[in-house]
Amino acid sequence: MANAQGTEARSKDRASVTPLLKLSRVSKNFGPVQALTDVELEIYPGEVVALVGDNGAGKSTMIKTVSGMWAPDGGQVFWEGKEVHVRGPRDAAALGIATMYQDLALCDNLDIVQNMFLGREPRRFGFLDETAMEIAARKTLSDLSVTTVRSIRQAVGSLSGGQRQAVAVARAVLEDAKLVIMDEPTAALGVSQTAMVLNLVKTLSDSGVAVLIISHNLVDVFSVADQIAVLYLGHMAGTYPASQLDTQQAVELITTGALGKAHE
Amino acid sequence: MTTPEVSNELVADSLGEYAAAQWKRIKAGESGALPVIVGLVIIVIAFQTQNSKFLSATNLSNLIQQCGVFVLLGMAESFALLLGEIDLSTGYVMAIGATVTAELNAPPHNVNWFLAALAGLAVCAVFGTIMGLLISRLALPSFVVTLAGLLGGEGILLYLIQKDKYAPGGSISVTSNVLNDIDQGSMSNSTGWIVMIVAVAVFGAFALFQHRRRSSSGLVTAPLSLTALKVAAVAIAGVALVLISNHNRGSLLVHLSGVLWIVPFLAVILIVYTVLLGRTRFGRYMYAIGGNPEAAKRAGIRVKNVRMLAFTLSSLTAGLAGLVYLSQLGSIGSDVDGGNYVLYAVAAAVIGGTSLFGGRGKMVNALLGGLVITTIYNGMGLIQIGAAGQDMVIAVVLLAAVTVDALSHRGRIGR
Repeated sequence: MANAQGTEARSKDRASVTPLLKLSRVSKNFGPVQALTDVELEIYPGEVVALVGDNGAGKSTMIKTVSGMWAPDGGQVFWEGKEVHVRGPRDAAALGIATMYQDLALCDNLDIVQNMFLGREPRRFGFLDETAMEIAARKTLSDLSVTTVRSIRQAVGSLSGGQRQAVAVARAVLEDAKLVIMDEPTAALGVSQTAMVLNLVKTLSDSGVAVLIISHNLVDVFSVADQIAVLYLGHMAGTYPASQLDTQQAVELITTGALGKAHE
Repeated sequence: MTTPEVSNELVADSLGEYAAAQWKRIKAGESGALPVIVGLVIIVIAFQTQNSKFLSATNLSNLIQQCGVFVLLGMAESFALLLGEIDLSTGYVMAIGATVTAELNAPPHNVNWFLAALAGLAVCAVFGTIMGLLISRLALPSFVVTLAGLLGGEGILLYLIQKDKYAPGGSISVTSNVLNDIDQGSMSNSTGWIVMIVAVAVFGAFALFQHRRRSSSGLVTAPLSLTALKVAAVAIAGVALVLISNHNRGSLLVHLSGVLWIVPFLAVILIVYTVLLGRTRFGRYMYAIGGNPEAAKRAGIRVKNVRMLAFTLSSLTAGLAGLVYLSQLGSIGSDVDGGNYVLYAVAAAVIGGTSLFGGRGKMVNALLGGLVITTIYNGMGLIQIGAAGQDMVIAVVLLAAVTVDALSHRGRIGR
């Protein structure tokens, strides 16, 4: 169980290493609606943190705050120990935060290579360097063990849902992202596709990339996450190592925001 | 470490395998330019059997002269269509460009032909940029903005010609020989050979260089024989063109031969635009925005700038069409039917295979579509079918092209 060992090692590191991302008393409100209240969260390099919570608990608000879509109204955000003010997706990308939204934001008419490099195409004498792109794309995909695509020159529109996730992940890897935020990556996928995406998450974390994953599916959460952060009505109900929590307790946290006597 | 599997046509070692893989792609709905090429061949054969003069040197050079305006208008429209937008102004922008050039070149201004042409193109580019600004910054629908461009363009055209005291009867003649020769003139027989040989040699060297670079980088490469076949096909087409063009198409008394200047004129524009769309970031972003504007925005692409520039290029290309129009007719008047020409612009691009839904199409599609339209008009004229029949046939061809586009679009969405 290489992954279990990795998790253990990372847990030991936790105390000594500066967190990659640290949220301290982060709040966000929309008019009278308090979406997030004094939220605390730490994510360490190579760690998979699952963000769970019921509908309306503030999961989307939280990732949008981290990815720079919305500025927090209160609290501080630290990136590698330094306080940062992320003012838009470009800022987030510059720090090394890649966000994969549910709709994935890929161009169906472009091929895999073109999508992976969209907006950051390498050039040679001012013209697109297709050869360099294709070599890098092929290497990235094979590093991620993505082997099911027929051709990397195939249009993304012809790919399956899991393959599209793989392209989006590969895009994040090419950006040298240190933190990949995934919003419900397995929501629309079948069993084998889900397994493939969860494998990608593990591969990412094994290579040192931190992953913040939002999911409704507790089976998925427990199969990949090192830490589970539970949001309840905009409050952080707690962050627990996945090994110290079982599904029932997770459900209890999600629905009531606290653990009953069973845990003590 | 495993490498991703690659599709059949990319690992094909022999031509046979390559052809088989291509056939699979066509059956899967990724036909590209093939339907229009097949259609064009069928149309040509049909006309030739009806009238043996159709493929004569004289008629072929007529056809080439006639196609320039349609091809360039189709290219202009392609810039808008690739974004999933439309440009209704191209017909009158073409007329304005031609008028500005003609007026500057004619008395009393007598401006040098080159500067006059440049001024005409600049006016078109400014016109397009203004429309592009309104469409991209104010997020106005291109249909309405360019419709205003069409109406306003017609107004400007009438104004320019009515104001010109040197335009008797609402028409300005071209005085410059160079401007006349764009569509009418031809190079000497020997120049034709030299230009053709140089062009084929450059193409061959480039194709070989590309092949080398791919295969030496360890990337899957189409078989070398395919590259050789492409170069050979271009060489054969070039030789055939020069041979036919160098044939005397004049009378017994007036010898007239040589490759028409419009051929290299169109070829250079086609190559520049193909490189622009296929090998630059701007081109890549055009396709990205046409495919998924939201994804393009999130990838950090400056969508508004690209969208604005597309309309600048559309109008600039309409201006180039204006130069050819001016040359073809030898004059420009207030009677240009720009409203009709814009419809040919859309038809040329769509018949050639450019999608109305954005993100799909190439400049060569506009060339092929323009050739189809010209061939139908030319051929039906030869077999003495009047304008009524010609328009109806074009309508059917256009409907067929749009049907193919819509069906394959639906097929892609459904997957």
